[in-house]
Amino acid sequence: MIPELGHFALILGLLLALTQSVLPLVGAQRGNRTLMAVARPAAQGQFVFVALAFGCLAWSFLANDFSVLNVARNSYSRLPEVYRLTATWGSHEGSMLLWVLILAFWSTAVAVFSRHLPEDMVARVLGIMGLVSVGFLAFLLTTSNPFTRLVPAAPDGSDLNPLLQDWGMILHPPMLYMGYVGFAVAFAFAIAALLSGKLDAAWARWSRPWTTVAWAFLTMGIVLGSWWAYRELGWGGWWFWDPTENASFMPWIAGTALIHSLAVTEKRGAFKAWTVLLALLTFSLSLLGTFLVRSGVLSSVHAFATDPARGAFILGFLAVVIGGSLVLYAWRAPKMITGGGFSWFSRESLLLANNVILVAALGAVLLGTLYPLFMDAMGLGKISVGPPYFNAVFVPLMAPALFLMGVGPLVRWKEGSLPDAFTRLKWALAVAVVAALLLPLTVDGFKPWASLGFFLAAWITLAVAAAFRDRLRHGSGSTGQKLRSVPRGFWGMQLAHFGVAVGIAGIAVVANYQSERDVRMDVGSYAELAGYTFTFRGAVEYDGPNYRAARGTVEVSRNGASIVTLHPEKRLYNASGMAMTEASVHPNLFRDIYVAMGEQLDEQGAWSVRLFHKPLINWLWLGAAFMVVGGFLAASDRRYRIALRRSEVPRGLAAQGAAA
Amino acid sequence: MKSRHKKLALIVLVLAALGIAAALVLNAFQSNLVFFFSPTQVANGEAPTGRAFRIGGLVEAGSIQRQPDGLSVHFVVTDTARTIPVIYTGILPDLFKEGKGVVAEGRLGGDGVFTATQVLAKHDENYMPPEAAHAVEQAQKAQQTVVE
Repeated sequence: MIPELGHFALILGLLLALTQSVLPLVGAQRGNRTLMAVARPAAQGQFVFVALAFGCLAWSFLANDFSVLNVARNSYSRLPEVYRLTATWGSHEGSMLLWVLILAFWSTAVAVFSRHLPEDMVARVLGIMGLVSVGFLAFLLTTSNPFTRLVPAAPDGSDLNPLLQDWGMILHPPMLYMGYVGFAVAFAFAIAALLSGKLDAAWARWSRPWTTVAWAFLTMGIVLGSWWAYRELGWGGWWFWDPTENASFMPWIAGTALIHSLAVTEKRGAFKAWTVLLALLTFSLSLLGTFLVRSGVLSSVHAFATDPARGAFILGFLAVVIGGSLVLYAWRAPKMITGGGFSWFSRESLLLANNVILVAALGAVLLGTLYPLFMDAMGLGKISVGPPYFNAVFVPLMAPALFLMGVGPLVRWKEGSLPDAFTRLKWALAVAVVAALLLPLTVDGFKPWASLGFFLAAWITLAVAAAFRDRLRHGSGSTGQKLRSVPRGFWGMQLAHFGVAVGIAGIAVVANYQSERDVRMDVGSYAELAGYTFTFRGAVEYDGPNYRAARGTVEVSRNGASIVTLHPEKRLYNASGMAMTEASVHPNLFRDIYVAMGEQLDEQGAWSVRLFHKPLINWLWLGAAFMVVGGFLAASDRRYRIALRRSEVPRGLAAQGAAA
Repeated sequence: MKSRHKKLALIVLVLAALGIAAALVLNAFQSNLVFFFSPTQVANGEAPTGRAFRIGGLVEAGSIQRQPDGLSVHFVVTDTARTIPVIYTGILPDLFKEGKGVVAEGRLGGDGVFTATQVLAKHDENYMPPEAAHAVEQAQKAQQTVVE
């Protein structure tokens, strides 16, 4: 009964999405206020029904209703309750439902927080988001119904993939989708602006906080995925340049370019056409990411061809969205009037360089990701493009962008002065060069890539400090008062940039100075790594809720002083028969000690064990956390709310006038 | 700066960036593309000797031999038609099993033994790495045509 209710709610959601898209768009085109006014209630209603459907699916999982195919395939009666709940979005169908739920959530958020926008703008934005929603709801209902019944019902489920039974994987998809789908708001604003022909700075200002929030969520989603892979896959790596990872990284690169380009459009009215194009590109890449991961095209081009319904639907949808928006763009963009000019050295020109580099890097990642698929589809042989390609291309491309990142925020809009920038940054440059030369020696010998990393990290950090010093030098009042008067947008930007610096330092150290060993360990034997001594005390078997495990005991000490006792596990999940390595990690701010079990080697209890020493790895997550907080801080800047009040004033006056 | 000059500077900048990117990409592509060969192709001498590539197929039943050091493993990859002996040192992935699909990356020695630097077996008991499935499929097709 409950699953049918969910199915029905989903159908009602589709009908409301159709209403939300068609009526307001027609209304906006004809200037009909009644039709435009449908947008908000329809969006909210759609959210209610999609949320109801999602709730019904979650209930089916929690109640172990194995007569629902999706539940039977992805859950298990002895699966812990929290994982039964999160299994709701562990499957293809469930995750697509989550996608639509989040889209409905964003639509409702736009409906609620858009009181200050002109009615036709709101109608168009919600209409476009409604259209996207129609596409995905139709996809769910026709090809991926999460409520399909299984007759006869299965006696028990075949369990959630053990890899997904982890906190990182619980939070990763919702955060990632908040980002992906959040870019739908930026996309809808861009399309709405193209439709109305009013591409002014106001459009960029409205779009900016939404885009920044979406970017922050996507950053969080990607990092959670990376953190999960690091702990759960047992290989100690945190980024593999795997196509699934690239699928989420490409919209992130485009989104990063977009939030910078939007800044120029809002402040200076320049780059309008380019910003609109980036907004279209960013969301298109979000859709492409969904297509790559969800159509099965990555595991095999041929699997996609033999079971084409899902892939063909998303591919068709992708073609309609990209094609349609590009046609609209080609038609409308020439009419856009570009804003003020700027000199070759100015905030604008530096942000332009940022955008050019980011888009070039994006192109390189796109090529490396799609080329093997293309070759395979054409029957030209099977190839793979591995991490060496991406590292060789991405690092040299990004290095200049990261250098400019230090300069950009200190240069004036329109007309900057190179000598002035040099005066303000010469100490930063000198200290960064010294750091690049000396810091590698304090770690473990000079390595050029590590040196570059130290240089960039120090340079960006000092440039952030220089920007604050500039802020505090001008104006009156105490330092505390001055700091309080610094707008949140500035804090957010500097915090995010500082986060990049922290992340770079982490990457530079862990990529160049980590050490690992695969060793055979007899009970009572020890191994040395990076100054630590690992003593193996054997493994014992025990029963988990839905698995059997061998639990090893490894004592870690340094110079005779005990540091920690780690318990890595090798699990065998009952229902699926899948083996899983559960690594054990001892983290601190400066390093992780990471132990993973291989396999039992003999009857005496010897195991193969993998040991890692990962210096500064946690700076990576810490830096990303700064970026996320910076994004949210910037999006909450008062400026966006002042814009709201200002635009309300005339309306209030007009109302008074009408009353008088 | 005049707007015409600005546009020109902009175009030069974009072209320069794209040129550098293209150069990097092509250079990296040249040296980092990893090709895939099935055991039959390797047996026919189609695989390069001086360069890393990937092989795929099934781990032949009964072929896994652990060496005395505990970490080196010898096994045989088959596409049901031809086989390749493989040496790997290190911890094997959780789903590496006899009779299951596997993909290995490494180099072919003069003695015909493939020294793997990486062994991939994806995380799903029923999942077959696409390359491995492809190799077996090709070999079986070839055998059928011979029979016919």
